[in-house]
Amino acid sequence: MLSRTADHLFWMARYTERAENTARMLDVNVQTALLPQSARAAEQGWRATLGISELQEAFDRKYDKLTPRDVLHFMALDTSHSSSITSCLRSARENARAVRGTLTTEVWETHNTTWLEMQNQIDESDFENDPSPFFEWVKHRSHLSRGVTLGTMLQDEALFFIRLGTFLERADNTARILDVKFHGASAQTGEKSSHENQLDFYYWAAILRSVSAFEIYRKVYRDAITPARVADLLMLKADMPRSLLASLTEVVNNLSMVTGDPHNDTLRFAGKLHAELKFATINDVLHEGLHDYLTEFLEDIYELGNRISREFLVPLAA
Amino acid sequence: MRKFFDEMYIDGASNNVRDHYREFEAWLATQSPKTVARKRAEADLIFRRVGITFAVYGNEAGTERVIPFDIIPRMITASEWAHMEAGLEQRVRTLNMFIHDIYHDQNIVKAGIIPPEQIFRNAQYRPEMQGISVASDIYAHIAGVDIVRAGQGEFYVLEDNLRVPSGVSYMLEDRKMMMRLFPELFAKHQVAPVAHYPDMLLDNLRSVAPIGVTDPTVVVMTPGMYNSAYFEHAFLAQQMGVELVEGQDLFVNDNAVYMRTTRGPKRVDVIYRRIDDDYMDPLAFRADSTLGVPGLLSVYRSGRVTLANAIGTGVADDKSIYPYVPDMVRFYLSEEPILNNVPTYQCRKKDELSYVLANLPELVVKEVHGAGGYGMLVGPASTKEEIESFRQRIIARPDGYIAQPTLALSACPTFVDSGVAPRHIDLRPFVLSGKTISMVPGGLTRVALKEGSLVVNSSQGGGTKDTWILEN
Repeated sequence: MLSRTADHLFWMARYTERAENTARMLDVNVQTALLPQSARAAEQGWRATLGISELQEAFDRKYDKLTPRDVLHFMALDTSHSSSITSCLRSARENARAVRGTLTTEVWETHNTTWLEMQNQIDESDFENDPSPFFEWVKHRSHLSRGVTLGTMLQDEALFFIRLGTFLERADNTARILDVKFHGASAQTGEKSSHENQLDFYYWAAILRSVSAFEIYRKVYRDAITPARVADLLMLKADMPRSLLASLTEVVNNLSMVTGDPHNDTLRFAGKLHAELKFATINDVLHEGLHDYLTEFLEDIYELGNRISREFLVPLAA
Repeated sequence: MRKFFDEMYIDGASNNVRDHYREFEAWLATQSPKTVARKRAEADLIFRRVGITFAVYGNEAGTERVIPFDIIPRMITASEWAHMEAGLEQRVRTLNMFIHDIYHDQNIVKAGIIPPEQIFRNAQYRPEMQGISVASDIYAHIAGVDIVRAGQGEFYVLEDNLRVPSGVSYMLEDRKMMMRLFPELFAKHQVAPVAHYPDMLLDNLRSVAPIGVTDPTVVVMTPGMYNSAYFEHAFLAQQMGVELVEGQDLFVNDNAVYMRTTRGPKRVDVIYRRIDDDYMDPLAFRADSTLGVPGLLSVYRSGRVTLANAIGTGVADDKSIYPYVPDMVRFYLSEEPILNNVPTYQCRKKDELSYVLANLPELVVKEVHGAGGYGMLVGPASTKEEIESFRQRIIARPDGYIAQPTLALSACPTFVDSGVAPRHIDLRPFVLSGKTISMVPGGLTRVALKEGSLVVNSSQGGGTKDTWILEN
């Protein structure tokens, strides 16, 4: 397969997954904003959301002060930067269009239709007043594109690069969603009031819902919601489809399908990352500090993405 | 209003239907306006969803439009097509012989049939191709010959497109759309199929691989996704099951062309390129081209890769060469041309120039290097001011223009805002040349949707119709 083709497939999948996860992340914030909380805490929540997507500076350049409405608009609909949901869906579609011949008709039409219907969705769903239906739609389109991909594509290199993009992006995004709470805020110290504990519960419950893990949590732990268990579920559970470990397992599987060489350096790098998660316990992680652990993990994922690019997608002139 | 040949009704009389349209006309009469409107909307929706679009230049970057599709097919009888097919084969065979000749012995010049300056001072003539042999001596592997019908229904060749003719994907998609919308019509008519075009194209491309290559790797080369015909490039690559490459995907090493793949370099043997000569190789042609492949021409010249179409075909479809094609047929084949040329005045000739200048309001004037319906004057449809400003341009550079009488192009009933009305059409059959010459029956019918307009180009508001060659 052409390297450029693989590159487009990889990014098509990454942008689709990113759009979905941005919708999930914003939805958490919309949900938690419904809780009684101080204005400062609320603002901190929105700042953290911007920060985790590395959009704080761009936002501040455009707006004098922070309002939830502006943050939502900026991260969901603003096409002046490349990280908004609409920009991601557009990029996914542009990448798909560049390799439409490699995709099945159904996969291409799914991405194209998403893009064509996007404006309608925004208008009809009354985004300004209630953004949730739009986020729901974005999630559905992403589910659809994944399903159509698996249901119609030949299981060859093209599919492996798409899957690689999906799961690399998901690993990155899940780590970010989990890290939102810690971003920018210094580690909490001291005893918490019961009110704060209660808010914590709702916060972690919202996190779980945002990655469709609330019911799963109940099923797996049959116990109260604690940050440690939420982190365990979203990081280390192999059977939780959006966990870091599950994502890395898919990354390694698909990477080994495209390399065909068990001693490949990029594969080795991914394999180490995978093994670390596989054999870690949540106590180790918490001992190191969740935020530090996630920060390092995100750096490793970034490096892995670069290595995949260099090796397969944009090789230097032969 | 000028009189024109009506494809469906004899003398345009609605009670006098031509035999081959009778069945269709009766069917159409039974269709309710509501059904028709629904089917038309469905067609538009499908084209949009499938992304059968073209980019519009000079518009906001990335603007994509759907080419309007009309549901009334353009029908051609088997005997009319047999005549056209024979004429096309003769014409394209001749043009390939002509291109080979002017890059080798130049017999046609020596025989005094075409003045040497018409060829050698033509910007489309590529001295780099002199003495170079190409597989099977074929240069125009894919030709799109524009044919119009005028007068009492005679066919004329308007233009030979021998560089990178486009439109074949619309021919295929229009058929698919008609079969999807109105399957019942295909039970009532014996319509010659066209869907095997991509297979014919692939066979044709494989047949012109460099000597010694037994299992050639074929690719389609595109300028990229923002090119107006990108859909077609992607479509053809997919239908043939070959890679769609851009210049950046290819490189030259050790006198061979390779593509960059996830598993390392892979040798390429035949490039069906949809990029103009000028952009193919920055080392040989335009140095600022980022679309091409440095060093490609030198591999090509040594016969280690095939380009389809060949470099330097543009000299043969230039409007200044067009008037000589009938003489070429006589010269190379010793046959009389089967298809007519439109009578053409060459402004570079003094007497013809003065005739043109005296009759501008009656004539169509074209730039010899123009394409896409840009840079032309349609006398009868122009204002005095437009005519005068064009006159100055012709006087300033007479050899840049040719003129033709304004043909009363034939018209076919077409759905427009006000209902069904006749609109002018042309036809572009696609002729493949390799070891043999082949074509699928029919071609792309383009229709000028504006009332009275003679310009069918999609960039100028033209639409398309399915083209039916009726067997029996």
